[in-house]
This record gives sequence, structure tokens and C-alpha cells, in this order.
Amino acid sequence: MTKLTKSIILGVVITLAGCATAPKKIYHWDNYQTTVYHYYQSGKTSPDEQIAALNASLEKSRASAKKVPPGVHAHLGLLYANTGRTDLAFQEFNHEKALFPESAPFMDLLLSKNKGETK
Amino acid sequence: MNRLLVFISLVFTLALTGCAKPIPRDYTGFKQSKPRSILVLPPVSQSLDVNASHSMLSQMTLPLAEAGYYVLPVAVVEETFKQHGMTTPQDIRAVSVAKLHQIFGADTVLYVDVTDYGTKYIVVSSETRVTATARLVDLRTGKQLWSGGATASSNEQDSNNSSLLGMLVSAAINQVANNLMDKGHDIAGMTSARMLTAGVPGGILYGPYSPSYGKDKI
Repeated sequence: MTKLTKSIILGVVITLAGCATAPKKIYHWDNYQTTVYHYYQSGKTSPDEQIAALNASLEKSRASAKKVPPGVHAHLGLLYANTGRTDLAFQEFNHEKALFPESAPFMDLLLSKNKGETK
Repeated sequence: MNRLLVFISLVFTLALTGCAKPIPRDYTGFKQSKPRSILVLPPVSQSLDVNASHSMLSQMTLPLAEAGYYVLPVAVVEETFKQHGMTTPQDIRAVSVAKLHQIFGADTVLYVDVTDYGTKYIVVSSETRVTATARLVDLRTGKQLWSGGATASSNEQDSNNSSLLGMLVSAAINQVANNLMDKGHDIAGMTSARMLTAGVPGGILYGPYSPSYGKDKI
């Protein structure tokens, strides 16, 4: 069993080493896609845990040289809106818009909504 | 023994022909359109696995954004549809291109179909496979710019372990691991990356946020 585990680990290492020359990523992805997936899986993690995960990830992006991926601020805004924190939600929608002008029409639509209507 | 040789060479031939066949595509429309943003709609899934659509949906932002596009926040988009009374991927699929453009202001929309998602148990192995196809349509003109598809399987990684005992043991481990670790979601990530990566034959073109924008060799 330990032998098998060892050989599996070795296999994984070799496989990954083969990929080491992959092109550099533009964005600091961290947990964004996982957090989005958890959003759909009821009971996996709470909205507050998802908010904390995204905020931690944003902190890490600031520390690294890589940019925040498209959608992170908007998704964080959605989580804030769902938990009744409209001010913070709007702040995040504005942040998304500032980082990515392409998001402006959609973000403006969300910002024009009345309190709590994002859900 | 002879049979084995024939089988091995057959496998090699298949593997090699799989590599050697780039499908020639017409990128004229794509190049003229110069899209900056992509609206990814929740995939329509033919799988019985209720997770399939959302699992795939949450794995598609990375490859598209790394290809250089702005990808609209997938969950926020879906919530917006829900507010308008559209709750299933089929409902959302039926919305007109003009309406999508009006609501989201995106340049393009990506329609995705998940045709296979999940784990099958076969005598000496269990396989998790995810297959999907996608169409990129210009929201300003309604024209299709690109289409593609991909499949990924857990067996691609397992095939190194070839002894019979090894196979039996890893099959048993896999059946447990596939459920515990949500392998379908991991494989969906591979399918998504394979289908939506720029700079490969048959793939999408690079978008404006990529350092390779406008330098596509296809």
C-alpha cells in the first residue's frame, strides 16, 4: 500500500514535471473557481466562508504580481448582496467595473437595482 | 503475445493519428469580430448527474480569461436570469441574442453542451469522463464565430499503472476516490481547458488581455 502510494506520487510528480514549461498565467486564480462551485453546492461552505475565501484570495493577489481574475469582485459583490450587505456589494461591483471596462453595462445594471434585489 | 503486439501497435497508431489531424477552420469571422468579452451561459447537460452543469460552468472562466477575454461573472449572470424567471439552462438557452446583448452588454455568448459527465464502473477499472461541446456566437451580429469540443477521462492518468494487480487495486481506490474527491469536477476542468484554450489547432483565438493577442498562428 505504501509502495503503491509512493509510486502514485512519483507518477504524479513526473506527469507534473512534464507540464512545468506551461505558459505563464495572466491572473492569480487561487480559489475563485472553487468558490463559485461551492456557491452551487448547498451546505458545502457558508456564504460567509465563501466571502472570507475570496477576500483572502484578493489579499494574495495584491501580494503577488498577478492581477485579479475577471469576475472575482463581481462574485464577491453577489455574496455580499445575498447576505444583506448592499453597500459592500456595490463597492465590489464598482471595483469590477474599474478593473474591467467590458463589465460596465452589466455592473451598471446591478448597481441600478434596489437594495436586496440582486438575489 | 502476437495479439498483444498487434493491440499495442493499434493503440499507438490510434494515439498518433489523434495527434496528427488538425481540423482546418475558417477564422475570418472571428478575426473580424474582435470580441473583448464572453458571456458564458449555464451548460445544457444530458448527464443524469445534477452537478454536471454547474460543475462545468464554474470551470470555464479560467481558460477563457487566460486566453485574453473578459468573462462575465458566471454565477452573477445566472442569478440575473433567475430574477427574470429563467431557472434552467434550457430556459436561458432560449433567450434571443438581441436580448442577451441588451442585458449584459457582452460582445459574444458561449453556448455549452455537456454530453457526458460522470463515473462508470467497469470490471477492472472505473472511469470518470466529461465530454462537452461549445459554440461562440457574436451578440452584435448573431453570427457563429467558432465551435469546438473536447473530452477528458480519468483513465488518461491511470494508464501508466499497467500490471493486473496494480489495475485491480487502483480500480478499488478509484471508486472511492472518484466519489470522495469529486473527480467529475476535476475532469470537467481538464475538458474545459482542452476545449477553450487559445493558440492550439482548432482552438479559440487570443483575446485582448493576452500578450499573444493578434499573434495567432492559425
